[in-house]
Formats: sequence, structure tokens, C-alpha cells
Amino acid sequence: MLELQGVTKSYGGAPVLHRTDLALPAGRTTVLIGPSGCGKSTLVRLMAGLIQPDEGVVTFDGVEMTPAASRKLRQRIGFVVQDGGLFPHLTARGNVTLLARHLGWKPDRIRERLEELTELAHFPADRLDHYPAQMSGGQRQRVSLMRALMLDPPLLLLDEPLGALDPVIRSDLQADLRAAFHALHKTVVLVTHDLGEAGYLGDLLLLMQEGKIIQQDTFTNLIEKPADAFVTRFINAQRHPLALQEGPR
Amino acid sequence: MSRLRPTVLVVLLPALLTTGCHRSSVDAGKPLVRVGSKAMPENVLLGEMVAHLARVGGARVEEEGWLGDTSKAWNALLDGGIDVYCEYTGTLRQEVLSGEHLRGDAALEAALAKRGLRMSRPLGFSNSYAIAMRRQEAEAKGIHTISDLKSHSELKYGVSTAFQERADGWNGLRGRYGLPAPNPQGLDHALVYEALHQGKLDVADVYSTDPGVAQYDLQVLKDDLHYFPSYEAVLLYRADLEERAPDALRSMLRLQGAISEDAMREMNARVQLDGAPEVQVAAEFLADKLGLHVDYHVDTIVERIWARTLEHLLLVSVSLFLGVVVAVPLGVLAARRPWLGHGVLAVVGGVQTVPALALLVLLVVWLGLGAVPAIVALFCYSLLPIVRNTYTGLKDIAPTVRESADALGLSSYARLYLIDLPLASRSILAGVKTAAVITVGNATLGGLIGAGGYGLTILIGLNKNDWHLLLEGAIPAMALALLVQGLFEVAERFVVPKGLRLKPAR
Repeated sequence: MLELQGVTKSYGGAPVLHRTDLALPAGRTTVLIGPSGCGKSTLVRLMAGLIQPDEGVVTFDGVEMTPAASRKLRQRIGFVVQDGGLFPHLTARGNVTLLARHLGWKPDRIRERLEELTELAHFPADRLDHYPAQMSGGQRQRVSLMRALMLDPPLLLLDEPLGALDPVIRSDLQADLRAAFHALHKTVVLVTHDLGEAGYLGDLLLLMQEGKIIQQDTFTNLIEKPADAFVTRFINAQRHPLALQEGPR
Repeated sequence: MSRLRPTVLVVLLPALLTTGCHRSSVDAGKPLVRVGSKAMPENVLLGEMVAHLARVGGARVEEEGWLGDTSKAWNALLDGGIDVYCEYTGTLRQEVLSGEHLRGDAALEAALAKRGLRMSRPLGFSNSYAIAMRRQEAEAKGIHTISDLKSHSELKYGVSTAFQERADGWNGLRGRYGLPAPNPQGLDHALVYEALHQGKLDVADVYSTDPGVAQYDLQVLKDDLHYFPSYEAVLLYRADLEERAPDALRSMLRLQGAISEDAMREMNARVQLDGAPEVQVAAEFLADKLGLHVDYHVDTIVERIWARTLEHLLLVSVSLFLGVVVAVPLGVLAARRPWLGHGVLAVVGGVQTVPALALLVLLVVWLGLGAVPAIVALFCYSLLPIVRNTYTGLKDIAPTVRESADALGLSSYARLYLIDLPLASRSILAGVKTAAVITVGNATLGGLIGAGGYGLTILIGLNKNDWHLLLEGAIPAMALALLVQGLFEVAERFVVPKGLRLKPAR
């Protein structure tokens, strides 16, 4: 699946990611968690090939993500950004099917896939012809997820997908995301700063601080066997009723 | 009608060309004679006579009237843009060829022959510069000659712009006579008579055949030191006309010795004071004097406005089309390659700072007269708003949208037309709209260089001091600018995607 070997990244001389080695477990959900500016968004963009590492290599199914190779590889990676990043000039349908149409999919195949996705993402079918400006924040995120899944990519990356939503909508979407991840058995990387969300959705949690992965573990182990004082502080600061109630999987 | 050069009529707007430039099959095989004239009513009138006579002589005639000052007509004759126009010997000796100090006619003819040009025998009248005052005042002060002016330092002098700049103009005159008035007021020739009449000026230069001399009861002062050379009217033509269109040339040369100074002044009065069309006055003179009956057509105001509208639209549409084709890709390039972007914006912005008149003059030197240099100039001025708005439109795409587009793995080209250009469409369209409105206004400058359009009507209006004509050019130009603006607002509904025109839900 996806591997990082000796990857570093800095912006304007300031290191945002120290030397990192990482192999994503296939078919599982990995959550990148940590305070703002810890490097989790940079890490997920490196995985998507949207930025290039200063040192080291990122490989996807054994192929190095060079700038030249990454454009093609990106069609096998679904990517969801924080506010959905929908194209405002296209309807929900237009956003979801853009790439498939560009790649010359047959209309029947596109329609079938769209039906599967509306069901999976619990998106109201009668809103498919609405434009982003006419949708709620939650609907926009559902469309963004559908767009990322359209080509059925083996890898799905989500950068704080629920960060801008209010709590009720957010919890609905968390449940729907969890159901979707379970149904699809894809390799998923999700970025969040919310420990409850991380525990609820993730099989494996990567806790980051100042450009380093501090602990890479299950939610239970993170709580019970914190690697250092920072982990304990982070957990205590974030304790979430929902996460405690649901507990680890 | 046929001031549009065929070369510019590319393939872009064939529909526009149905009236002006269509040649009937009857004209095929006839030699082509291009008749020019300087932008002064008398010269235009003579041009109409020459055109009538060339047609009588079996030629197909293209008229390039109102070409501007002497240098424009002279250069057009040299580079073959026109074949013939009417010139004055004094102007040739003192201004055009002043460096060669040509005394006799033989020397002048030799100098012209070197350039592949010929000159006819004099047409019969002389239109000299002269110095004039209000008759009453001249008599009251006992001023009869230019020398008499020396003892009257209280007089206000005015000098027409052309006279001020000529080698045989104001400075020489002042030096020869030792006149006071170091800083005379410069003004357009068309305004001189009115200014003298109203007492804003006391002394000014006039043309001896101008109808204004009699109309405003002016006294022409005697040139007692013989400063002014003789300005005999002649036809100046390209020598190859003798082979290309011998019959037409012979016909045109019938004007030699045919026009007396009285006749010329009378015809000028009919055109400038009575508002009779040049083409008609010319035809009537040929009928009276030479017994030639020529068909002529005086354009109605509707025909004139329509013809100028077509010319104007051609200038605007071709230059704007080229502007869009060049500027949008430049804007895209500027947005995608930041180091190149600054360069592109600086160059395009720099073009905008070149004064329009200066650019036009440079282009005329390079490309000759007509629609081509006008279109090139308009094209240059249309670039900045389109490049800048394309650039800003692309730069303003939200970072998350841009990242989502990157993440799709589209090729650069697919991304451009599927996402970037639609998202920037509103801004790009606004840039094109600005460019279009600017171009409609700027295109009036085309009138100065033989490209026609509403600017020609305005130019003629200025030369004749005729505000009806000024309005006939200015009002349609303003109306067209408003229309263009309106059309673009309608176009926005079709060009800008619906999703971008919606108000956000909350």
C-alpha cells in the first residue's frame, strides 16, 4: 500500500515534518491526530502526492510518487479537504462524476455508480442537481466524499473532513463515515484534532507533535500506555464524552 | 466608402463587408486608382474632382480622404497607399523637401522623379498662407502691410498649429519681419476665423482661398518683404500611373489650369459655409467648367452613419477578437508561472502607458495608413484588462477548490478547461467587457489614420468646425459603447456558469 521512507519536509527553512518512516496498514483506517501545526496536514498531502518531500520517498503500491507519476496515481487516491473543496460551477452530480466523464465512462456506468454512492453517503437523491451554494455544510461534505470515491480508489485520504461542521451534523456524519469505511474495506487516512472522532473512526492512531510521530497505536493503548507526558496531556485536554461512552473498538 | 483595406478583412467578419467593399464584376479589369486628400476641406474637394475624373477615365477608384496633415498624405503617396493627391508647390519646396533648397520647377520635378513621383502643371489657383486682421481695425490703425505690424505691439497674435510647426511658417515670418509677439496663441486652423471675428485675436494666419476671409470681412495684409512662397495647387501622382492607368491620368490632368482662385474660393464657400457635400460641388464644377457630367451619390445621414458603424465595428471586433485570443492565454500563463507572470503583466501594462497618438504615428510609419495600424493599436490597448482579469480570476480560486482539482489528477489542459476557466469566467468576461468599451472609444482615433469609423466623422467635423458632424460621430460612438456594455451583461448569463451566479445558501 502506501509507504514513507525517510521523508522530511520544511517550509521556508522551518521543518514541518522530521524524518518519518511509515507503512499504512492496508484495508484499515489510520487517524492522524495532534494539535494544530503538528504536521498532520503536511503528512496527508505528501501521501496524496500534492507536495513533494525534501528528502526520502513516498511509494504507492511500490511506485515512487514523483511529480510525473503522482498525477496518474492520484486517480487511485480519493481526497477530501476540510470544507469539501467542491467546484462551485458544478452541481452535486457534476462534481461527483466530473472525472469519470472526463475519463470517458459510459453514462450507464456513471449512473449506477452515482446511485451506489448516494446510498452509501446518505445524500438525498433529489439534491443531486443542486449547486454547492445551495447545499448545507454536511451535504457538501457528503458530495465531497462521493466525489473522492467515484473511481473506487483503494486509498482514501480525508483532511479534517468534519472540522467545520456543527456537532449534531458532525456526529451524523461520523456514524455514516464509520459505516462507509467498514463497508468498503479501503485503506483510509483521516486527519483530525478530535480524539473522540479519532477513537470512533480509527483502527490505528498516529499522535503527532511538532513534525514527529510520537505514538503509533490503538486508541486503547494510547489511553492506557501513553508513550510520554505529551500524550497524557493531549488525551486529558481532549477527553470527550462520546469517545468515552463508545469506547475503543 | 472603400476606406477599409482588403488585407485586413481576413475571414473574420464577411457579413460586415457586404456594402462597403464589394466590387461588382463590371469593375473587374479596370485599373485601380487610389485618390487621397489631406484633412482640409479644399483638399478633400479637389480629391473628389480627381476621383470623378479618374472614373471618367475608366478607372476603378478607391478614395482615401481626410488622411491628416501633409506628411501623412505624402508618405502614403511614397509607399503606394495612394496614387494621387493634390498638393501645393510652396508646401513641397518649403516643408516636404525643404532640406533640398529647390529653386525652379525643373529642380522640384527632378527631386520628385527621384522618388518615383510626378507633378502636374498648376491647376490655376494658389492657396497661400497670408496674414489677416479685421478690416475695420486694420483701417483704423492704418495697417496695410505685414511690416506695418511692427509698430503695434498691443496686437494679440494667433497662429494655427500647422503654421506654427512648418519650416515656412511662423518663426521664419517673425524673423523676416522682426515682429513682436514672442508667444502667439496656437489654435486649430478651423477656429482662427471665429477667434478673429470675436476679437479674441487681432492677427492670425489664413489661407488665401478660405471663404472665411470674405465671410468675416478680414483684411489680408500685403506680404511686402515677399516672405510667403507661392502655393500653387498641383496634382502629385505616382509615375507608374502613366503605365497603369494612362486614360485615367489624362482625364485627371484636365484640371490643369482649370481652377481660378475665385472659383476655388467660391467652391470652398459652398462647402464650408453652405454645407454642400464636396462630391456634389466637385461634380457641378466639372459640369460647368469641363462640360463633364458625372454620376455622383451624396450619402444620406443614415448611409453615412451606417458606413461609419460598419467600419467602427470592424476595427473593434477584429482587434478585440485578437485581444482575447492572445490575452487569455497570457493571463493563464501569468497565473501558472509566477516568475513569467510578473514579466507579462509588466510588459502589457507598459504598452498601456504609450500615448495612443504616439503609438498610432509609429504604427503608421511601419504599416502605412488604414485599418491595419488602427487594429494593431486597438489590439495593444485591449490586452491589459483581459490579461489582468484572467490572471486575477485564476488567482482568486479558493485554495481548497484548487487543491481538490489537483487531487483529481487531471491533466493540466483538462484542469484548465474543466475547472479553472469556468471558475475564472466571470472575471475574464468583465475584463473583455472593459476592453471592449475602451476599444469602442479608442477606435475613434482610427479616423486620423484613414481607418474610418466614427472618428472620421468627428475629424471632419473638427476640420469644418461643424458641430452637427461632431455629434454625428460622437453620439453613435457613445451609443455603441453603452450597447456593448449591455451586450456583455446579457452575455454573462450565458458564459458564467449558473453555480457561480447563485447567492450562497446562508
